[in-house]
Amino acid sequence: MNDTMSRYRTMIGHRLFWPAAVLFVMLAANTIYRPGFLSVELKDGHLYGTPIDILRLSAPLILVALGMTLVISTGGIDLSVGSLCAISGAIACMYISKQPDQNSLGVVVTALAMAMGVALVLGAWNGVLVAVIGIQPIIATLILMVAGRGLAQLITEGQIITINSEPYRAIGLGHALTLPLAIFIALAAALLVAAFTRRTALGMIIESVGGNATASRLAGIRSGRVIFLAYVISAACAAVAGFMMTANVSSADGNAAGLWVELDAILAVVIGGTSLAGGRFFLSGTIIGALIIQTLTTTVYAMDISPQTSLLFKAVVVIAVCLIQAPAFRARFSRRRRNVPPPATIADKPKEQVPA
Amino acid sequence: MTTGTLTAGRTRFRLPRKQIPVLATLALLLVMYGIGVSQYTAFSNVQVIFNVFIDNGFLLVVAVGMTFVILTGGIDLSVGSVVAMTAMVSAALLQDGMPAALVLVIALLIGPTLGLLMGCVIHFFEIQPFIVTLAGMFFARGMCTFISGASIPITDGFWTSMSQERIGNPQGNFVSISVLIAFVVVCIAAYTLAYTRLGRNVYAIGGNPQSALLMGLPVGRTRIAVYTISGLCSAIGGILLSFYTLSGAPLIAVGMELDVIAAVVIGGTVLTGGAGYVFGTVLGVLVLGVIQTLITFDGSLNSWWTKIVIGGLLFAFILLQRLIGIRYK
Repeated sequence: MNDTMSRYRTMIGHRLFWPAAVLFVMLAANTIYRPGFLSVELKDGHLYGTPIDILRLSAPLILVALGMTLVISTGGIDLSVGSLCAISGAIACMYISKQPDQNSLGVVVTALAMAMGVALVLGAWNGVLVAVIGIQPIIATLILMVAGRGLAQLITEGQIITINSEPYRAIGLGHALTLPLAIFIALAAALLVAAFTRRTALGMIIESVGGNATASRLAGIRSGRVIFLAYVISAACAAVAGFMMTANVSSADGNAAGLWVELDAILAVVIGGTSLAGGRFFLSGTIIGALIIQTLTTTVYAMDISPQTSLLFKAVVVIAVCLIQAPAFRARFSRRRRNVPPPATIADKPKEQVPA
Repeated sequence: MTTGTLTAGRTRFRLPRKQIPVLATLALLLVMYGIGVSQYTAFSNVQVIFNVFIDNGFLLVVAVGMTFVILTGGIDLSVGSVVAMTAMVSAALLQDGMPAALVLVIALLIGPTLGLLMGCVIHFFEIQPFIVTLAGMFFARGMCTFISGASIPITDGFWTSMSQERIGNPQGNFVSISVLIAFVVVCIAAYTLAYTRLGRNVYAIGGNPQSALLMGLPVGRTRIAVYTISGLCSAIGGILLSFYTLSGAPLIAVGMELDVIAAVVIGGTVLTGGAGYVFGTVLGVLVLGVIQTLITFDGSLNSWWTKIVIGGLLFAFILLQRLIGIRYK
């Protein structure tokens, strides 16, 4: 009996248990509410259905959240991703719209390369502010968040740029192997990041920098470079997400593209079990977190509730997940059973910001 | 009395370290005003200054609340949504025919209640302010659309009279009642931070929470108090905004929290907490207002330049704070 109890505890204690449980409950509730929710059908060689839609629509969020996971695990935060989505989408669409043959693959590749180049430069700017100058991440990236919207507007001259390019549209709406291409792009990015962080020492280095940048620098890790790299990767992920968002609607809107996405991404990361304090990160948790957020959004739409009201539900989910994961909250409710010592009373330990 | 500095043997005048960011903001404000006056003759009109206050009165009140939170080293992302929710609730209740006085009381209670709840979650469950106030932001914004998906006009007599009342001098320059309310809020906040026990605790916690706790200061109570204060200021800001626009709209004040944080930072308050003044925040709001006015006067610049300029200024001021921090360490 003791054995089953401990196994039960191990399962509950697994970091993916609560996020996966939340996702499962949401899917189950949806299926009860609308029995056809989980059905998928094959039409014209493409799979269609709500689960496929959720996967396709969550692809940009997964991309942004992957980059955000790395940034957060270094103890930072990147608020500029939404603006970066808008900027990269705006540059790509602006370039394509000026070309005579919008359907040429060369044009689209050039546009993507240009936009990606700018995004990398902006990511490097964030990285320099945080890693070299040593500005608090939340504020360093706030600069680009505020100014970036203006930049995106400047690129599109305040207009909504509409394009008519099949290859570009494919990034958001194309299909491959019966599934939307967007899913494969997100999956490829996830595998790439996972391979680099979990098959090489990079992941461990990032976690050690997030745990204590000074200590890891003294141990011989170039903390500055690692932090810098995290912001550049985050910007690259945001740029691809920006392509996807603009490709979905075949137009770039400097004002609306990627609005609130930084907040959704942070939520996905937190729901996935990565601590905002840095030091540990869980890519699989982040992906489940992004799926939870998209499922929630889809559910709320399906119930004929306005998109803005879905924020209300998001608030409830955020607080619930955060409370479940907060050690102080858990300790309060399990103290009697497990005899856990009371939590420390110091409410937060400010992280030392270390200029590299 | 002036001989003191001469006989002390100091060869040059030293700026007090803590005041440098505020003085820099003041200098920037004067330079921007000077540019405005030299470029456009109408800029020297006193009413231009009054208009900056009239257009940004609600921003000023909210920024004052945010100053308290940032001084403790926290952050409150919910302010813009709480402003919108307050305006929305007022508009909806007035539409249902509730008396204005009762509506005011209810509207002014919602913000601080939400702030109190957020403060409690932050303190008791040790969840980061960023994430708790983010949830608060989602909640308040969701409530706005939950109340109504469309804009609700306000036709109540008290509201319209507050909106149209002009307090002015014989030359025809005037301010609105909102400006006076904002002024009162600023004075109370400045007094609280400078001369009361609460103010001292706020600075102490921002300086170093562990030390504050070891000194026996009520860290938890103070922390909860600043989020409640911020909620109250947001609620007052929401009322002022509803005076200004005479309506409640679900998407009003989107992204305002960033303007507010920018104003506080430009005003010289250090984001890690512990240093800053309400006066600086007033200057920060004025800087944002004057940028807007300059861009309006220019006419050829598009409104999105405002965002780029604010971003640039934010960068300059953070860099300044950082440099001061390095030099004196």
